[in-house]
Amino acid sequence: MKLQFGRTLIATAVLSLSASASAFASDITGAGATFPYPIYAKWAEAYKAKTGIGMNYQSIGSGGGIKQIKAKTVDFGASDKPLKPEDLEKDGLTQFPTVTGAVVPVVNLDGIKDNQIKLTPTILADIFLGKIKKWSDPAIASLNKGVALPANEITVVHRADGSGTTFIFTNYLSKVSPEWKSKVGEDASVAWPVGTGGKGNEGVANFVKQIKGSIGYVEAAYAKQNKMTATQLQNKDGAYVMADEETIKAAAGNAEWEKAPGFYEILTNEPGKKSWPIVGATFILMHKQQANPAQATQVLKFFEWAYANGDKMAADLDYIPMPDNVVKMINHSWKANIKGMDGKAVY
Amino acid sequence: MSKPLSTAPLNRHYLFDQIFRYSTLFFAFLVFSLLVGIITSLVIGSVPAIKEFGLGFLFSAEWNPVTEKFGALVPIVGTLVTSIIALAIGIPVSFGIALFLTEMSPPWLRRPLGTAVELLAGIPSIIYGMWGLFVFAPVFAEHVQPWLKNAFGDIPFIGLLFEGAPMGIGMLTAGIILAIMVIPFISAVMRDVFEIVPPMLKESAYGLGATTWEVVWNVVLPYTKIGVVGGVMLGLGRALGETMAVTFVIGNAHQLHASLFKPGNSIASALANEFTEADGELYTASLIELGLILFCITFVVLASSKILLAQLKKREGKVT
Repeated sequence: MKLQFGRTLIATAVLSLSASASAFASDITGAGATFPYPIYAKWAEAYKAKTGIGMNYQSIGSGGGIKQIKAKTVDFGASDKPLKPEDLEKDGLTQFPTVTGAVVPVVNLDGIKDNQIKLTPTILADIFLGKIKKWSDPAIASLNKGVALPANEITVVHRADGSGTTFIFTNYLSKVSPEWKSKVGEDASVAWPVGTGGKGNEGVANFVKQIKGSIGYVEAAYAKQNKMTATQLQNKDGAYVMADEETIKAAAGNAEWEKAPGFYEILTNEPGKKSWPIVGATFILMHKQQANPAQATQVLKFFEWAYANGDKMAADLDYIPMPDNVVKMINHSWKANIKGMDGKAVY
Repeated sequence: MSKPLSTAPLNRHYLFDQIFRYSTLFFAFLVFSLLVGIITSLVIGSVPAIKEFGLGFLFSAEWNPVTEKFGALVPIVGTLVTSIIALAIGIPVSFGIALFLTEMSPPWLRRPLGTAVELLAGIPSIIYGMWGLFVFAPVFAEHVQPWLKNAFGDIPFIGLLFEGAPMGIGMLTAGIILAIMVIPFISAVMRDVFEIVPPMLKESAYGLGATTWEVVWNVVLPYTKIGVVGGVMLGLGRALGETMAVTFVIGNAHQLHASLFKPGNSIASALANEFTEADGELYTASLIELGLILFCITFVVLASSKILLAQLKKREGKVT
């Protein structure tokens, strides 16, 4: 009797082990950027409900995502900063964009409403360089005639943690201001000439809300959800635009993905009268050669499903989904690039 | 005739004793090897940065991820300054708390007050950070900082410490939040050691007509100085390594200012902020070297406190 009980116990243990092993095998793992985390989590939930296959995404930051995929500890990495084609080649990686988002400058000025003041790219760069120190500066005042600007000192607020949001923002400033490009440059974190750093979007948002006369930058979706005071910005065509679904879509639609090898395309300062100038896509990184082709197929199936069914969910969270023609190009790149050890395409 | 005495139980006991002995030895060395392992991995991890920047790393205020030029001066200064502020506020307050609880509090108040202090020690640091950012910082910016500026702003040199716009965040705020965090630690230790002072010593002093202050200063403190210093070191250790609470309120700017109102950075906070997105070998190595420096600072602080205690012990009995 005792022996039998022992046997049953072992049998159950083995059974449950193998069950958990198979469940583990079919689950997809990914790690990286925090910016797309909300939408990846939502897609994963809906996908699991439909197919039973879970997707475990750890939002550890773009830098972490790149490290993890290089170390092959995850099925895919995620980064807000696309890797250059030569870097992709070096590590045997391929990348594709999933959703697009925007960054907006936000301010805290008494009596100023959302999208009431206008800024030019040069003024924005000069503020973040510390060259324009007061809101009553003639450059700002002449652009905003009829708006009573307070005489406050300008306090710059930036991200303290390394972030894709910072990368997109500094990439834009580098494109529009030669001085910014030479003095500061673009990266996930930079040596800010002036200002105070907040941790995460919420850290920046909170500093901006607390400090009178401050200006910071956050994701457009975050600014909207938290009813922050954004500014208008002059785009490449010289028109003043505010960040909304229409202008972000206009900028995203301008992207010439077909001309970007390895989808290396940063969507800042895009042409078009209606384009919001600070826009960027977020990317997925995968190995070109897959030791476990079945698992890679699962990953690609997940994203195929997300492109086909996830647009509404993305829009609800204020992301701009990829247009259909881009999705087709992404599918092509999967077929061409992601292969098993035997050289057969996994998708 | 009795049976010859068997040595089997004795041998068995001896065996168990040996097993016990060696397993405790193993645990003790486990700690030691962990320590050595951590130091080694920190040193290995920071080799690229040490090679590139050498000793200059300690004295350079530049921190530029784009050009990959890194220096640790700003976080080192930030860590030390915020910890000093924390102790400058924390020690007198903790001393007062411990003194009241052991010498002057009515007995019915001791339990609830003591428990409150202990509970304060159990609050996770992120709560302090959020409270500091959302509640303390606005009040501080509106009411305290302007007052400090008015009171001290015009005095030469000291005025420099209070320059700049009152934002509610910065080095001073970080120091004050740290003070609130270390007070429960220091005061709990102080209270515990004050309580073990033999009542006979105190009562003799009272009997000679000493005031409460004289008893505490001349009897209680000398009797408990090792424990008191230990408590302060415990607090300092926490202040030096505190991460989340500081990150929230210090302002996280790699800039060197004389003013305590301006944002700065601490080692732990820089690590927490930048490690996830640090790409590039030199960037990661520089962050690890920052960790190594924090390790060294903590070690130096601990070592000097031990030396200080040894010196105090030597003087014992000589000074009356």
